[in-house]
Amino acid sequence: MARPNPTASGETAVRARPVGLQFGATVRRVAGRLPLHLSIIGLVALWSIPTIALLVSSFRDPGLVVTSGWWNAIKDPFSLTLDNYETVLDQNGMARSFLNSLIITIPSTLLTILVAAFAAYAFAWMKFPLRNFLFLVMVGLLVVPLQMTLIPVLKLYVSLNEWFGFLGHDVPLLGGRWFGTNSYAGIWVAHTAYGLPFAVYLLRNFFGGLPRDLFESAYLDGASDFKVFRRIVLPLSMPAIAALAIFQFLWVWNDLLVALIFLGDPDRAPMTLTITNLVSSFGTSYQLLTAAAFISMALPLVVFFALQRYFVQGILAGSVKG
Amino acid sequence: MVGRKWWVPWLWLSPALLLSGIFLLYPTIDTIRRSFLPKGSDAFIGFTLDNYRFIVDNPQPLVADTHSALLNNLMWLTVFTTITVALGLVIAVLAARVRYEAVAKSAIFIPMAISFVAASVIWRFMYEFNPGIGTINAVLKEVGGEPTRWLQDTGAPQTPFTHAGPDSLPHPIQINNFALVFVGVWMWTGFAMVVLSAGLKGISTDILEAARVDGANEWQIFRRIIIPNLSPTIAVVATTLVIQALKKFDLVWVMTAGKFKTDVVATLFYKEAFLFNNPEIGAAVAVVLLLWVVPIMVISIRRFQFQEETR
Repeated sequence: MARPNPTASGETAVRARPVGLQFGATVRRVAGRLPLHLSIIGLVALWSIPTIALLVSSFRDPGLVVTSGWWNAIKDPFSLTLDNYETVLDQNGMARSFLNSLIITIPSTLLTILVAAFAAYAFAWMKFPLRNFLFLVMVGLLVVPLQMTLIPVLKLYVSLNEWFGFLGHDVPLLGGRWFGTNSYAGIWVAHTAYGLPFAVYLLRNFFGGLPRDLFESAYLDGASDFKVFRRIVLPLSMPAIAALAIFQFLWVWNDLLVALIFLGDPDRAPMTLTITNLVSSFGTSYQLLTAAAFISMALPLVVFFALQRYFVQGILAGSVKG
Repeated sequence: MVGRKWWVPWLWLSPALLLSGIFLLYPTIDTIRRSFLPKGSDAFIGFTLDNYRFIVDNPQPLVADTHSALLNNLMWLTVFTTITVALGLVIAVLAARVRYEAVAKSAIFIPMAISFVAASVIWRFMYEFNPGIGTINAVLKEVGGEPTRWLQDTGAPQTPFTHAGPDSLPHPIQINNFALVFVGVWMWTGFAMVVLSAGLKGISTDILEAARVDGANEWQIFRRIIIPNLSPTIAVVATTLVIQALKKFDLVWVMTAGKFKTDVVATLFYKEAFLFNNPEIGAAVAVVLLLWVVPIMVISIRRFQFQEETR
């Protein structure tokens, strides 16, 4: 790096040096870092513009969305309207789909955490034959493509439809069948099973890292496994459980494939499926699609901003799930 | 605990073992078996390789182009993984040098939270052909370019320097595939960035300071210190992305439904197994997917065993 030459500008420059040089150095430092700032800001803009475009369009006049660019909305910011949201919620079934997404996601998430926590406790703190082998099978199942399982599980579900047929066709309050295809219970169990390898892996690693002394003194005091699990393991593992909950919630909420195969009925469909159907029938009606997409993104975005820390922890703790 | 009955661990494990047995382990074995059955035979009447021959021979290139699906997946595997890791690394390194690091990282990370379905809507809108409403074509028109049908165009990408005509390059290198891959990159760069950035924070500042005192420039530090120290983390990120690339379904399905030669193995599987009513061919396609994943499975099991030994 070139150094400033103090002799070049003579006597006065020497006296002015402290202030002048500092200022020059600041300018040079800022100018030197300008490419850094520009590239970061450029990338951030590139990454945010698509989402902003969606958000702006969803609030524009339905006629304008498909005839003029979303950037024109800046010229006339007071013409924004909720019309598109009213239309998709009422006429395109997005209101019911939002409810369906909640009905599918919440039990699936809770069930996964419950089942995985029991298994993880056993894997971490109990001794039994084949323990390591069984856990390695779990790790192996982590990467098995879902596609491997869909055909047999669908066949199983179709035959279960007949077995559960005697219960009648509609579950009170929720609707749908009792179990099998087009049933909420069927998709809860399927999502739980598909989420298990990751959940067991994540929780077992966390439980296994808790200090051994805690367990030994509790067992010496005569505490049962269930008591240790409830009073020691669960409270201490809240960060891991929170991370898992967010992950599983987002995974189920954003899933299309499992819903596509096990919940074909439009009345039971989650938002991902409804939007996919909207795309195939109204592919360029962006006034509807943008509003529908934003409704499906709203909750994940809230979860993301409120619990970003746990989300990141979850990603760091087990980055193999897909 | 000493006085634990032998069956107690099994009781704790039973829900998890039962569910993963019924929904993951048994179906995987059954799908492998089914992939060797003749069409339409649920009961066993003998093994055949016809379903695999279908994938190799590609007899119906117009409805289910198996070759293009395999090649496209290969392209996803390489291009998507490389770009996402590289971008994630660059952003992690750059963002660490500015005061607004957290804000910048959040902005890059947001797409991770939304569904591929919503992302597909976002990007169909960005890629829209009409330059009056499609953002990318509007920008392109502004700088004097020609609007492009990003999701339909099967030609090779044109740059100001090369004027490759349509089909002048071998198959998977076509504009619409790159357009789809870029949406994947948009969604997953945040993931790569977060994991790599955590790895970056783990590199001791003493080493970096020492290198700077010794007169190393920033590029040398990146090349000689950051990259070698991060390589285990890069490997973890790349494995995750490879699995993502292999299983990619939602994105392609919602954006193009596999039309214009954009099928990947997962969409081919869905079509054969559930739309064309060929579960045996679908099963063979799924087995191909599994075969691609096996090396990763071995690596992750090895990595886990190593972790356990060093714990």
